[in-house]
Amino acid sequence: MKLQRKNGLRATALGALAISGALVLTACGSDDNTATGSDGGDKTNAASNIKCDEAKGQILAAGSSAQKNAMDLWVKNFQAACSGVEVNYQPIGSGGGITKFTQGQVAFAGSDSALKPEEVEESKKICKGGQGINLPMVGGPVAIGYNLEGVDDLVLDSATIAKIFDSKITKWNDPAIAKLNPDAKLPSSSIQAFHRSDESGTTQNLHKYLSEAAPADWKHDPKSKSWLAPGGQAANGSSGVAAQVKQTQGSIGYFELSYATSQSISTVKLDTGAAAPVEATSENASKAIAAAKVKGTGKDLALSLDYKTKAEGAYPIILVTYEIACDKGNKAETLPTLKAFLNYTASDEGQKVLTDAGYAPLPAEIAAKVREIVPTLS
Amino acid sequence: MDTATTASAPPPRAPQQTGTTRGKPRPGDRIFLGLSRGAGISLLVIMAAIAGFLAYRAGIAISKDDANFLTTSEWNPAGDPPVFGIAVLAFGTVVSSVIAMVIAVPVAIGIALFISHYAPRKIATPLAYVVDLLAAVPSIIYGLWGAIFLVPYLDGLNSWLNEYLGWTYIFEKTGEGVARNLFTVGILLAIMILPIITNVTREVFLQVPKMHEEAALALGATRWEVIRMSVLPFGRSGIISASMLGLGRALGETMAVAVVLSPSFIISGHLLDPGGGTFAQNIAAKFNEADEFGRDALIASGLVLFVITLLVNGAARAIIARRKEYSGANA
Repeated sequence: MKLQRKNGLRATALGALAISGALVLTACGSDDNTATGSDGGDKTNAASNIKCDEAKGQILAAGSSAQKNAMDLWVKNFQAACSGVEVNYQPIGSGGGITKFTQGQVAFAGSDSALKPEEVEESKKICKGGQGINLPMVGGPVAIGYNLEGVDDLVLDSATIAKIFDSKITKWNDPAIAKLNPDAKLPSSSIQAFHRSDESGTTQNLHKYLSEAAPADWKHDPKSKSWLAPGGQAANGSSGVAAQVKQTQGSIGYFELSYATSQSISTVKLDTGAAAPVEATSENASKAIAAAKVKGTGKDLALSLDYKTKAEGAYPIILVTYEIACDKGNKAETLPTLKAFLNYTASDEGQKVLTDAGYAPLPAEIAAKVREIVPTLS
Repeated sequence: MDTATTASAPPPRAPQQTGTTRGKPRPGDRIFLGLSRGAGISLLVIMAAIAGFLAYRAGIAISKDDANFLTTSEWNPAGDPPVFGIAVLAFGTVVSSVIAMVIAVPVAIGIALFISHYAPRKIATPLAYVVDLLAAVPSIIYGLWGAIFLVPYLDGLNSWLNEYLGWTYIFEKTGEGVARNLFTVGILLAIMILPIITNVTREVFLQVPKMHEEAALALGATRWEVIRMSVLPFGRSGIISASMLGLGRALGETMAVAVVLSPSFIISGHLLDPGGGTFAQNIAAKFNEADEFGRDALIASGLVLFVITLLVNGAARAIIARRKEYSGANA
């Protein structure tokens, strides 16, 4: 029996090893849904024009996972052009990124909301003689995806979306939806609304949009990163919500556009008050970001987005992620690489690759301002 | 059956018991005493340090909480003013664990009895390995399996329960949605804690003194009567300890719950409605994006889980202590 037990342990250990080995391997295939076609062509062309300057060594960065796919593309192109340089971006979430930044662990942080005043205060400890500034870098539409058989073209307005996600409209053939879609055959089934179960900048931006565009129908705290409305169902991450919408008949949910394109989920067209309903595309999101105003002072380029825009073809449910760095007092050993990298991401070329990954390039005017500020970092 | 039990009887007590420690303690004894005492004390210090850390950070958060921390069913520490409470989390944690225990304990005892007393050796050994292997599967894999495979299958069970047992209130389905609810989480947790309970229970059953069983057989008892009269009473405290180990895992399970559950901050007795949440799941879901204060709030919820776990373990110890007369020491 003694012998038996030993063998048993060994068998268990072997089995555990085999299984966990397989798991480690599979775990690598994360929810990276960058369109694979996009890297092939751009890589070689882009490599030629990237200015490496004195970039060298490794820089660490961390933050928002909303810009992960964009960052992956940028890092790949940048590293291909500048030999010996490594940019390591960890998509641990905006909150985590800002914490790491204010503790001085990373050269820059990615965040989908600008620094709060108290965080700026805290950043002064790290940025000797300066402070943390927000540089808008990636824009993107948040698509409202749905799965409803027989309905290919769904138009909704902000009030209807607010009521659906607040469980006030529960049937697909509700008069409010029917009025916006006179030609569609709407079934009488229940609406299954999906939202994020984790805290997220995507949720926060949808909150901000709903409470500005439909203040009468959305009474929840607009700044919250977690979902506060009662009812509905939740899933983890944009990938989780997209997967549920894809699986479930009669469902609706929100996620970055790239998740909708990669899984061919239909997206809602928004009735913003413009002449025609607006589709969620990179181009239309860029038009809406163009209506934003810079609210930051000095070198800080924090934006105040205009969610109520009625401009033709402007899709107002948008998300802008910032790269947060020190205006003065960056670490000497990482500064050249930081500047070279941000120079590239803000350049026309850097912005151009965003469209392929489902993001929206910054409007020319804002991108120009970012390009003015990056070289002055010290 | 006999071969199985004979072969797996406990090894005979080591003979050195006769050489008592009377007289001068030897240096080896003293060193070992010091080492084990040091280990015991360091464990207490570590526990106290954890409790102290949790209490300190939780204190910061709770002092600024604008609502009652224990009874509020909302979680918005980033709000102005911050509002958060653990009512939903405590409810979800306890309910899902109870479901898991109700399912897992009888099944685990059944498997353990089958392996130790019924199955022929050829089946018992591989079956024991397989159950052991279940414990080696990481919880995220249970989560993925649960979300992709189990949930669609349980949809059918949910509608069936709703149709025929809907009158029980707990099985009434009032909301729309797939089976991403506390009931599914309970089933998944039951599968996850099964190997721990089975293993420990099986070991205990194998320790039942041969004389007890043979005496019962000699009196003309059937195999089931042997199990009822000697195996189960002897193993009772072992079963309870094993269940508590399992319960500990169920209470603290994070990833599997986070993947399978569709959380919401609503307390509902309807187990089939999507919603609810557990401490560990909530911490996993909110930690990444939380700011400093949000993390303190999550740590405060962790403190409550810590306390609940301590209470459960204390209760289990008390139950086992009451049943000491059955324990192996007196056999």
